[in-house]
Amino acid sequence: MAEPHLIGEAMTGGYGRGADILHGCTLSVDKGEIAVIVGPNGAGKSTAMKAVFGMLNLREGAVRIGGEDITHLSPQDRVAKGMAFVPQTSNIFPSMTVEENLEMGAFLRRDDIRPTIEQVYDLFPILRDKRRQAAGELSGGQRQQVAVGRALMTQPSVLMLDEPTAGVSPIVMDELFDRIIEVARAGITILMVEQNARQALEIADKGYVLVQGANAYTGTGAELMADDEVRRTFLGG
Amino acid sequence: MTARGFLLYAGMALLIVLTGMFQGWNLALTILNMGLISAIMSLGVNLQWGFAGLFNVGVMGFVALGGLAAVLVAQPPVAEGWNAGGLRLLGALALGAAILVGAVQVWKRKIGGRMRALVMLALLIGGFFLFRASLDPAVDAIEAINPSLSGYLGGLGLPIIVAWPVGGLLAAGAAWIIGKAALGLRSDYLAIATLGIAEIVIAVLKNEDWLSRGVKNVVGLPRPVPYEVDLQRDEGFIATAAGYGLDPVTASTLWVKILYSGLFAVVLIVILFLAQRALASPWGRMMRAIRDNEVAASAMGKNVTARHLQVFILGSAVCGIAGAMMTTLDGQLTPGSYQPLRFTFLVWVMVIVGGSGNNYGAVLGGFLIWWLWVMVEPLGLWAMELITSGMDADSWLRGHLTDSAAQMRLMTMGIILLAVLRFSPKGLMPER
Amino acid sequence: MTDFLNAIVALSNFVLVPGAAYGAQLALGALGVTLIYGILRFSNFAHGDTMAFGTMATILVTWGLQSIGISFGFLPTALIALPIGIAITGLLLLGTDRAIYRFYRKQKAAPVVLVIVSIGVMFVMNGLVRFIIGVGDVNFADGARFVINAREFKEMTGLDEGLAIRTTTLITLVTAAIAVALLFWFLNKTRTGKSMRAFSDNEDLALLSGINPERVVAVTWLIVAALATTAGVLYGLDKSFKAFTYFQLLLPIFAAAIVGGLGNPLGAIAGGFVIAFSEVLITYAWKKVLVYLMPENLEPSGLVQLLSTDYKFAVSFAILITVLLFKPTGLFKGQSV
Repeated sequence: MAEPHLIGEAMTGGYGRGADILHGCTLSVDKGEIAVIVGPNGAGKSTAMKAVFGMLNLREGAVRIGGEDITHLSPQDRVAKGMAFVPQTSNIFPSMTVEENLEMGAFLRRDDIRPTIEQVYDLFPILRDKRRQAAGELSGGQRQQVAVGRALMTQPSVLMLDEPTAGVSPIVMDELFDRIIEVARAGITILMVEQNARQALEIADKGYVLVQGANAYTGTGAELMADDEVRRTFLGG
Repeated sequence: MTARGFLLYAGMALLIVLTGMFQGWNLALTILNMGLISAIMSLGVNLQWGFAGLFNVGVMGFVALGGLAAVLVAQPPVAEGWNAGGLRLLGALALGAAILVGAVQVWKRKIGGRMRALVMLALLIGGFFLFRASLDPAVDAIEAINPSLSGYLGGLGLPIIVAWPVGGLLAAGAAWIIGKAALGLRSDYLAIATLGIAEIVIAVLKNEDWLSRGVKNVVGLPRPVPYEVDLQRDEGFIATAAGYGLDPVTASTLWVKILYSGLFAVVLIVILFLAQRALASPWGRMMRAIRDNEVAASAMGKNVTARHLQVFILGSAVCGIAGAMMTTLDGQLTPGSYQPLRFTFLVWVMVIVGGSGNNYGAVLGGFLIWWLWVMVEPLGLWAMELITSGMDADSWLRGHLTDSAAQMRLMTMGIILLAVLRFSPKGLMPER
Repeated sequence: MTDFLNAIVALSNFVLVPGAAYGAQLALGALGVTLIYGILRFSNFAHGDTMAFGTMATILVTWGLQSIGISFGFLPTALIALPIGIAITGLLLLGTDRAIYRFYRKQKAAPVVLVIVSIGVMFVMNGLVRFIIGVGDVNFADGARFVINAREFKEMTGLDEGLAIRTTTLITLVTAAIAVALLFWFLNKTRTGKSMRAFSDNEDLALLSGINPERVVAVTWLIVAALATTAGVLYGLDKSFKAFTYFQLLLPIFAAAIVGGLGNPLGAIAGGFVIAFSEVLITYAWKKVLVYLMPENLEPSGLVQLLSTDYKFAVSFAILITVLLFKPTGLFKGQSV
């Protein structure tokens, strides 16, 4: 089997000098696929994703993108390698306009960013209307769109989302998932952590259930939904 | 105290003794006396910063309030002044206070938003004119009486020692007002607010002649110790002095200073003892817990703002006591001499260098930094002369450098502060 | 009618024009404080002394220019010296950052530690200024004193009251307007300026976007040097230069920055004018205006001064406390509570 586009292999580590949170956790996604990490509270879901993004030091394991080992790169350098990350909170520049938020997302790019901005506006049409408005004044769902749009501005090959639907209404959540599918169809690999496990697994090509920092179940979204054990334990029946 | 602490204190004592041996005991005792007072101020600031992490840069104001207390307590009352308008003035002040209280009461009423603000504003503005209309004639009348010598109300004519606790009370009152307004907001705001109150206190002292004679100064405050001239006429004292091989003039100057040292040392020891007890008590532990993690402490049900207000008032009161003592030592109140760099920020250098959070450290810092403050000037002059010794006697640069040597103090203090913060942020005597 | 015009002229002459000039100076000072707060996240107590240092550098260059016979016609020579003064101050601030502040930034020290560090810097800068130029008053304004003086104005209009517009007042307003326009253009239109705002808004996300923090900080210090030096020189031209006065400006400047909302540049400007006009209005002796407006028998006997000028600090302070009590984030939304 060919190497997946993004792989975090047998990752073990924790924050600073603290105890290990991840214990040999492996995450991998193919190009243009959506992978979702679910699991109970404190299972290390966000930590696993942050490990892939280089926000904590791994004691063991490796992270590769497109076959290239990036285990020792800083998050900033990983952005240059084509990764983009949308944090769960404080993921926009609130006092700047929507358009400026997008420009800042493309800070490292020296080429013409207009076409990319247009692509983001095509993806999230509401942002085009609000582009002169301060991002901090938008509704929760719109802010998430700004956050995702900002991340897309680097034209990444991998988009990582940390609970993108936290705190938004179910309607907005469905809308956001639709957009994420659209992004994946454009060939961008997606790795996300979700609290709303059921809805997330419905759109997932691949699902990871983590328990205590280790892989508990892995499969396609549909497989996991069909698995009685997973349903009973994590999806509430 | 640790062995390191004893060594540091011994070193400090040695510095003062050496100063006495090489530059005269008079200077050494002068430094010791101001060192004792500085140590108390430093304890006050340490109480706020070291215990509670409160950032007070209005030390000067509280010190000056202590100085005012010395005048209000110890000076004889000026009967003509009181007759001319004393009661009218008190009445005006009471009216002013009543207006403020009234405004606060209006604000506290939970009725009609806009109406409430308007009523309060009208009360304040109308009240202000009413207040000025009743205050101004009284002030004019008082200040008109013999302005070159008195022109103020004087004080209560009590022993000046009484002024020390009163100074503490005045400072505590001011601290209560400022603390009510600015505590609970972020630390920078408290800093700016205290900086402001200090400037206002000084402005009041400079301008309210009926209170403190303003820039005309109050001189000749009564003393808690005998006067030199009286000692020099005292047969017994002359004989004792001769026994030590001293002439009466030198002996009397030294003896007066030693008496002051004794008094100040008693106050320092009492405050230090109380501060140590406080630090070790459950109250002190709670304070430090709050300092180290405000969120956790308030989650445990501690009323952080109320605790902060307590310690802020206490620390300011200690500064007020020190201020009253300093004015007593000087024998005069000169509002023009209060400079924030000297009275606020220098005390901060003392606390940081000594070791914030450690009372013994704060005291040591008080002595050491005061000693340096006095010594840097001659040392700087000496250094400048050394540097410029190769230059022409009448060269412009040489003249400028030697003239500017006096300005070396601030730079030296700044460099010491920066060096300690960088290389030994816990100070000479760290908090355990 | 003439009485009314006279009153307006007197009001402009003693309140509006000086208040506007003072407001512009405070606004420039407060902009510096607010930028440092927004980017480096601490209240810089050394700002007054930074202004003093910049002014001193400009004065020294001015003297140098004057000694070789360069002047600026009816404008003060100090305006030619200003860019050099700014450059010198910029170097000093960059050096200070490299030698002192950067260490604490790398450690992610608490803001209050940085405030104390800035007090140390304040001592050193203050000492440096006193050491180099002394503690006395320095008057370095040259060129024409008035654009229009009171006598000319009276002759022109036939009114009893004169309106004097000093050259320095006009220069202050024009320079401040240019400086503010440049600053806002920079912050809103350039890539670097936007990256500064992004950094101020959300530091972590700025890092994720590839914004280089050290570069943002360096640019901030350079802008602060320009603002502080300009503010200091304008204030010095308007009044005179004295090291201690500049230290005392710290209070109204901080008051302006907080009233406007710390970290908010627009707020800093508004705050500067609010503080300046309140100070002037409350410490002005209104008699001069009122004599024209009141009927003769009601004319005030006193000066009708609400507070003596010595209490001008009390005014900034009172406004500051009011804002802290009722709207802790300032009139415009600032960053902190």
